[in-house]
Amino acid sequence: MTSGAFSGARPAEIRWHPTVVRYAPVVVIVLALVAIWYVAAFLMNRNIVRDAFERDEIHYTTGELIAGTLSAERPLLPAPHQVVQTFAEDVFGWPVTSPRSLVYHGWVTLSATFVGFLLGAVFGIILAVLIVHVRTLQKSLLPWIICSQMVPILAVAPIVIVVLGAIGLRGLLPKAIISAYLCFFPVTIGVVKGLSSPDPIQRDLMRTWSATPAQIFWKLRWPSAVPFLFTSLKVSITISLIGAIVAELPTGAQAGIGARLLAGSYYGQTIQIWAALVAASCLAVGLIGIVSLAERWVAQLMGVRS
Amino acid sequence: MSIVSEPTIRHRPDENVSSFSPVTSIPSPARSPGRLVVDAQNISLTFETADGRVDALSNVSLQIAEREFVSFIGPSGCGKTTMLRVIADLQQPSSGTLLVNGMSAENARLARSYGYVFQAPALFPWRTIEKNLKLPLEIMGFSESDQQQRVERYLSLVNLTGFERKFPWQLSGGMQQRVSIARALSFDPAMLLMDEPFGALDEIVRDHLNEQLLQLWKSTEKTVLFVTHSIPEAVFLSTKIVVMSPRPGRIIDIISCNFLRDRTLEIRETPEFIRIAQRVRSGLRSGHSYDE
Repeated sequence: MTSGAFSGARPAEIRWHPTVVRYAPVVVIVLALVAIWYVAAFLMNRNIVRDAFERDEIHYTTGELIAGTLSAERPLLPAPHQVVQTFAEDVFGWPVTSPRSLVYHGWVTLSATFVGFLLGAVFGIILAVLIVHVRTLQKSLLPWIICSQMVPILAVAPIVIVVLGAIGLRGLLPKAIISAYLCFFPVTIGVVKGLSSPDPIQRDLMRTWSATPAQIFWKLRWPSAVPFLFTSLKVSITISLIGAIVAELPTGAQAGIGARLLAGSYYGQTIQIWAALVAASCLAVGLIGIVSLAERWVAQLMGVRS
Repeated sequence: MSIVSEPTIRHRPDENVSSFSPVTSIPSPARSPGRLVVDAQNISLTFETADGRVDALSNVSLQIAEREFVSFIGPSGCGKTTMLRVIADLQQPSSGTLLVNGMSAENARLARSYGYVFQAPALFPWRTIEKNLKLPLEIMGFSESDQQQRVERYLSLVNLTGFERKFPWQLSGGMQQRVSIARALSFDPAMLLMDEPFGALDEIVRDHLNEQLLQLWKSTEKTVLFVTHSIPEAVFLSTKIVVMSPRPGRIIDIISCNFLRDRTLEIRETPEFIRIAQRVRSGLRSGHSYDE
């Protein structure tokens, strides 16, 4: 590949397979993190395990101590394999309708996330359209929208749930509303930016054709906003998952990832907490994946160069 | 090559060639006396900016007849683009009267009397070439079958048949600008307003497009208003050259330029061409001397 004069002097280059080139950095980082995790698990659980041995007056070796720290029932920091094992048991070990199944809890949270995301996205888009088209709203609404995001959601969530409960709304909807409250913001900001993104020449062109405001919106502003919308939706969907989980915490909900986290911390089931966390991140990755797929599909329709 | 000498024969030798004093009454071209499509009287336009008043246009009077090819030339800030935008009702004059196609500029815009070509092609990137051409037609409510016919007709007019399904980024800059010209013509307006349409293209592409534009002008019989800062381009294309000067933006000379409609790039070597180009240049220079 390289020009003759240099290729002779250089040692033969090793050509890695493209798959290796692509995934090697990720794998190396993951392995490093797992190693650090094991070391941390040993350091953090060491005292508990040593105390237990000494209490029972059992003679122990360093090897037994290390093994003990990595298999404790209620460790401060569970070892990775414990988390994976519990996660696998909770996901596959029970029928999906069982309250012991993580799939069941995951679905409860996921359904609130979907409804919340949908509500939030639609609300966010409507707000953005209003802000772009009505000049007075831009000045009057935007500060409130920004303020709404400064309120700590953990403080507001119980109030919302109690208030909505008082008017007879229970279960999925209050959670979805809290989730929507959190996730509409990035959508509004992104879509406002997107709707204002057409350049002056494009707007002048529409004017030379005497286009109506509706035509300008559907044929120019909205298509221009689509890339911005998807960027926002990717941020927004993870936030709506967080919103749904947070909404499960204050009421001690019986089901959902949040309830699982709460139960775990009540009973000191650290491994269960971690397994629920893993489940939450799997959901988040899946959700972003879905939005990204939709984005790619739309981009293809809109002729974006790949 | 045989055409080279012809323009000199066709050109009327009676014009006051050496003078560049402001010409207010223009000798209209002998061949096409047509109806007026632009009739501007004492158009002025002032902006209030942070730095004070800017006279973008000052007492500009201009008549343009049907089927003329009028170039506006001058240094930046001379108001040539502003004049075009005023005619297009994209900006409103502070004073003066303006008739476009026999009506007010706003009514002319609403009646879709002109197609506008900007310096950048401004194609909508999410639409294919075909869909870009259809955009004004959709907005104006042409029927589906009519739209399809027009796409075919105007794409072939700018030699881009076969590119219907491409997206804008798949075309070169020159091709994109041709699409935007086809788009401006697609709804058959009386006038074509062009604001430095080839300014961003290299000279070879530009020469080529200039020739194509002349062909188009001849075959469609549109009135063309063309903003440029290239003297050869203005002389080559126009039947009339409007020389403008900045601060305040005003017309300092209007030069008739009566080469055959069927002109080729070779006319640029003729004495007649050089003479007109010189007159444009001296007009531009005299405009500049006001600043110093």
